[in-house]
Amino acid sequence: MKFGIVVFPGTNCEADVRYVVEEILGQEAYYLWHKEKSVKRYDCIILPGGASYGGYLREGAMAKFSPIMEAITDHALKGGLVLGISDGFQILLEAGLLPGAMVKNDSLQFRCQDTYIRVENEKTPYTCLYSPGEVLKIPIAHAAGNYYVDEKNLKELEEGGQIVFRYCSPSGEVLPQYNPNGSLNNIAGITNGEGNILGMMPHPERCSEEIMSGVAGRKVFESILYWLKERCAL
Amino acid sequence: MFLAKIYVTLKEGVLDPQGNAVGKALHSMNYKEVQKVKVGKYVELYIEGENAEEVGKRVDEICGKLLVNPVVEQYSYELVEV
Repeated sequence: MKFGIVVFPGTNCEADVRYVVEEILGQEAYYLWHKEKSVKRYDCIILPGGASYGGYLREGAMAKFSPIMEAITDHALKGGLVLGISDGFQILLEAGLLPGAMVKNDSLQFRCQDTYIRVENEKTPYTCLYSPGEVLKIPIAHAAGNYYVDEKNLKELEEGGQIVFRYCSPSGEVLPQYNPNGSLNNIAGITNGEGNILGMMPHPERCSEEIMSGVAGRKVFESILYWLKERCAL
Repeated sequence: MFLAKIYVTLKEGVLDPQGNAVGKALHSMNYKEVQKVKVGKYVELYIEGENAEEVGKRVDEICGKLLVNPVVEQYSYELVEV
């Protein structure tokens, strides 16, 4: 399978994602400079973390005007897989591909730490190899991961199973004290209604092999591969 | 030429951690009369245009497309001829 990894000025997690795709999944990975106008060759598009355009104005705000975003929107509307991690999630929100917005962490701190998240929906292309309610130890690194959405959209997210990950305790209890950024309902990751676009603040690429802090994030990538292969087999 | 002075703040109901932190600091400094603090952004645009109405429309467009995220933010502006 071919993975396209989008690079904006200021993106800085592209090499980590590429490493996981090539070395751990054994698949093809290509960097896509944000000036590209087509993403037709790729089975999955990943928007990695970093600080696109320096995070100026609002995190992810400027990236939505990059030429590649039109191609990504087109790919997504046709059901193609799009994964946004951290800054990539913020870009997907700003571009309107996912509902809601990010505001500054309630602590006002840049939080770089391990968190625990619970898998709330294991029927997505990104979580299909996880067990229901599985708890993952996974790092975050952001200043604006405080997810906000209006009540109506929040209800839709809750009822539609679009909330895929929530911050929780090591044993999986979703409580305010395990929320590192003030995110509504402890939200750490959401999909669109169709489930083909996922945005998540934690970094699965930073915990995908034993030498790192663990392998809890690896199944995000393995799920994508599994899902793509299943779809091809149909 | 016009100068647009644009003020962007978080909407009511959206958590404003910066505003809250500043508010708490002011209280600890004994400015107990301060009831609420909101921290936002101030943007200046120097913009060409025939008249204030036309320029205002452009400013609204610019705010809607880039300067403001309507999910969490609101804005107001003043136009000054320069």
